[in-house]
Amino acid sequence: MNTHKPKLVVIGNGMAGISTVEQILKLTTQFEITVFGSEPHPNYNRIMLSYVLEGSKTIDDIVLNDWQWYADNGITLHTGTKVVKIDETHKEVVTEEGMRVPYDKVIIATGSNSFILPIPGSDKQGVIGFRDIADCNQMLEAAKTYKKAAVIGGGLLGLEAAKGLVQLGMDVTVVHLMEDLMERQLDHQAALMLRAELERQGIKFKMQAQTVELLGGERVSGLRFADDTVLDAEFVVMAVGIKPNVEVARNSGIEVNRGIVVNDYMQTSMKDVYSVGECNEHRGVCYGLVAPLFEQGMVLAKHICGVETAAYEGSVVSTKLKISGVDVFSTGEFIDGPEHTVIVSKDDWKRTYKKILLKDGIMVGAVLYGDITDSAELQKLIKQKTTMTDELYNTLMGTGCCGSGAKKAATVETMSDDEIVCGCNGVTKGSIIDAVTNQGLTTVDEIKACTGATRSCGGCKPVVEQILQYVLGDGFKTAAKQGICGCTTLSRDEIVAEIKAKGLQTTKEVMHVLGWNEPEGCSKCRPALNYYLGMIYPDTHEDEKESRFVNERMNANIQKDGTYTVVPRMYGGVTTPEDLKKIADVSLKYDVKVVKVTGGQRLDLIGVKKEDLPKVWEELGMPSGYAYAKSLRTVKTCVGSQFCRFGTQDSMSMGALLERKFERIDYPAKFKMAVNGCPRNCAEACTKDIGIVGNDGGWEIFIGGNGGIKARLADSLCKVKTDEELIEVCGAVIQYYRETGNYLERTSEWVERVGLEQIKAVAVDDLNHRRELVERVEFALKQAEEPWSKMLNDHDSRSKMFHSVEMKG
Amino acid sequence: MGATQETMHHVGTLDMFMKQIGRIVELNGEQIAVFRDSSDRIYAVENRNPHPKGGPLAEGIVSGHYLYDPLYDWKIDLTTGLVQAPDTGQVKVYEVKVENGGVWIGA
Ligand SMILES: Cc1cc2nc3c(=O)[nH]c(=O)nc-3n(C[C@H](O)[C@H](O)[C@H](O)COP(=O)(O)OP(=O)(O)OC[C@H]3O[C@@H](n4cnc5c(N)ncnc54)[C@H](O)[C@@H]3O)c2cc1C
Ligand code: HEM
Ligand code: SF4
Ligand code: FES
Repeated sequence: MNTHKPKLVVIGNGMAGISTVEQILKLTTQFEITVFGSEPHPNYNRIMLSYVLEGSKTIDDIVLNDWQWYADNGITLHTGTKVVKIDETHKEVVTEEGMRVPYDKVIIATGSNSFILPIPGSDKQGVIGFRDIADCNQMLEAAKTYKKAAVIGGGLLGLEAAKGLVQLGMDVTVVHLMEDLMERQLDHQAALMLRAELERQGIKFKMQAQTVELLGGERVSGLRFADDTVLDAEFVVMAVGIKPNVEVARNSGIEVNRGIVVNDYMQTSMKDVYSVGECNEHRGVCYGLVAPLFEQGMVLAKHICGVETAAYEGSVVSTKLKISGVDVFSTGEFIDGPEHTVIVSKDDWKRTYKKILLKDGIMVGAVLYGDITDSAELQKLIKQKTTMTDELYNTLMGTGCCGSGAKKAATVETMSDDEIVCGCNGVTKGSIIDAVTNQGLTTVDEIKACTGATRSCGGCKPVVEQILQYVLGDGFKTAAKQGICGCTTLSRDEIVAEIKAKGLQTTKEVMHVLGWNEPEGCSKCRPALNYYLGMIYPDTHEDEKESRFVNERMNANIQKDGTYTVVPRMYGGVTTPEDLKKIADVSLKYDVKVVKVTGGQRLDLIGVKKEDLPKVWEELGMPSGYAYAKSLRTVKTCVGSQFCRFGTQDSMSMGALLERKFERIDYPAKFKMAVNGCPRNCAEACTKDIGIVGNDGGWEIFIGGNGGIKARLADSLCKVKTDEELIEVCGAVIQYYRETGNYLERTSEWVERVGLEQIKAVAVDDLNHRRELVERVEFALKQAEEPWSKMLNDHDSRSKMFHSVEMKG
Repeated sequence: MGATQETMHHVGTLDMFMKQIGRIVELNGEQIAVFRDSSDRIYAVENRNPHPKGGPLAEGIVSGHYLYDPLYDWKIDLTTGLVQAPDTGQVKVYEVKVENGGVWIGA
């Protein structure tokens, strides 16, 4: 009986090799695994080197499997060790230093090398490829010393390198042989749009230029082109292509064409030796992107473990350029030939371009520029060789976007389980479904934490959502309506009902009695509970500073550098010369960095130090403008009848009155109002939570507007004749929102959830109910205190909250 | 770490720190964010957000021995300094000791 585990040796510690090992580990632990990597690092995400260069990630951020992972899985890892051949006779893998490791099976996953142009001077110092961490480090170093760089190659890699170098402060010219950038992924039109955008971002281009020599002494100093012109460059990145790294295979006598030749199960010509990733050639194709290698790895893993699997039949490749502000996407066949039917839409104003290619009515490829929202959908349709229909045409090319929800779910349904949904992290549809069904996950965030899908670029999020919806079906809604955060399964309504029924008084009590699974809650539920308690018991609830988000606790807006912005109240947006003078004096004294007029007609004093906050408030001697609070922020006003030739109502006075009346109490979310003197609507009432428009005989009230992340025009609620009635309806709407809104739910969402008719019925038409709401809001308003002056009088908290403890070293 | 020996500094008394509200202690020119949890345990970490964009930590929301950072809402374990999944990173943690109502920090 053989008690030894079969030995699996993996040559290449890159993305393909390790993702295959990960797949194998999911299936079995029967192998004793040894991995060789010629780089000194553990497995990292090569794709993200572009982000490292651009500065948005560090090398540590892009490690996929750290040292511990190898140890935890019993894998022997040899880094910085190059394998030179496979000795078939002795069944051993041989390294450069002569180490011999026996194998039962071998996977070659040696990836590619940068292709370095065979021209004079390409061996000079300062000439590199863009492939690994070492190259990336060289670029980061070079940018510190040198100014002028050239990138040879205007493909995906070259452009990302160029953008990175620009970001590092270099003067960069991209030299490209062809007429079009990314000519292997884009058509002429998209390439032109791309070039214009990249020029805007500071990259220079020299097109149709063939480099024939690199100039300089020991170090490169310039490029000479075929037409004898010269470009100065102290640093050159070659990104003209990659060469499958076939050295090991060739030394071992394995069949090699352009890449290592493999069949549909990744078997090479040598028994028990497989090859996966960029180093191989499958059905005549060498791939240079991650999606195909994940697909190959999945087939290989199953095959090696003896699990039945469909053959790998090649991949449809898609490309996405990872440069911020540049959305380019292509998939399948995208250069149109006579055999294609071409559907194009081009919009020079929005700078978008969309092209879909059909062959015999079947979708075979697409190019998107500027707006890539349809990319996931298109990718799927093309992969499935979908026939174009009128209906599809309308959803893909139409301007409207109605009712495509059902169809989207259906496309997910037809995806196979091992299809990759998240390309960045190699997560399949099957593993997402597993996570949902076996672990009871119900949100994208949970799936992210569990599988890693949507972690990196976020591009796959729509598909992940569709899968969730597809698996949970009706349960998706019920599940989505689940707990207010991960600490509880109770919904807002259940919590509020329990607080009232059981008379719960503090967040701690709520969490304890209602069985929170995190005893002190989290940053989502603590502020929410604190709000609900304050709303239910306006007179007795003791506000919990420790459950407030920093802005509300400090009564100022934190900025990214840890300083704060102070915004004094200016009722209705009206101020006085005296107040302006005071603001100017205080700003000078406390070295305020910027004074800015806000969108709500107030003044921001930006950059106040935390310890100066109380003094700034004190010396301003004005009330807090609540620019930080889930509360009434501003009431924007127009000039109105006091001065405006059109004004029929005194909007300035009414705005100031409403602001004074409804400030200070907590709302579910920030709350903004506007008052206009006439229907010309200069104060933009249509994008406010409550917008008021004066007319000749009274006022019209609008609610649920929003100019923010999800813009929404306000709905007309009612018309009123008198100022008293206006104030009353505003009070009733505000209180109804306070009582029924979910914490952090803006009125734009609230109006849609609760329904305009319902709000109108309760806060306007039913006069009894309206009066009760007004009474309750008045009661809450009576308890409210001005937060700045309150803090100024609380000497104990003042020092503990605003001052640091200084120790002499 | 390495060869330098940590010494414990007396930085004040327990009641100088509010429950679940951080306070900065400046020690040897370093800013240390000190937190007192609801059961009076003290934690001290470097007042620098492990998020690539940086920022302070002292103003976060404290729950048990976890901190939700004030700028990006990352969840950080105050005992180890480790950022919790799905985010990653670590803040420097200082040794602390509470003795007879006095708070000591090792730096
Ligand atoms: C900057 C950059 C950006 C990219 N962006 C994208 C993108 O946006 N989308 C996309 O799909 N793809 C992208 N790619 C391509 C993607 O990174 C590759 O397709 C993928 O890494 C290939 O995986 P692999 O395992 O085949 O090779 P690799 O990841 O290169 O792994 C091969 C490993 O084998 C090691 N090795 C080689 N020879 C030996 C030997 N003899 N002995 C021991 N070890 C050896 C190497 O050191 C290397 O670590 C990008 C690549 C780069 C460089
Ligand atoms: C580590 C790997 C990858 C990174 C870092 C990356 C990066 C990005 C980025 C930055 C976006 C834009 C996201 C946004 O702001 O909307 C994006 C979108 C996208 N990516 Fe990736 N990409 C990667 C791999 C892939 C792969 C391999 C595929 C497919 C084979 C892919 C498919 C897509 C799609 C379809 C979109 C657009 C989704 C949409 O906008 O609806 N990505 N990617
Ligand atoms: S809304 Fe009417 S009253 Fe107000 S400023 Fe404009 S035109 Fe004048
Ligand atoms: S595809 Fe980028 S995070 Fe999933």
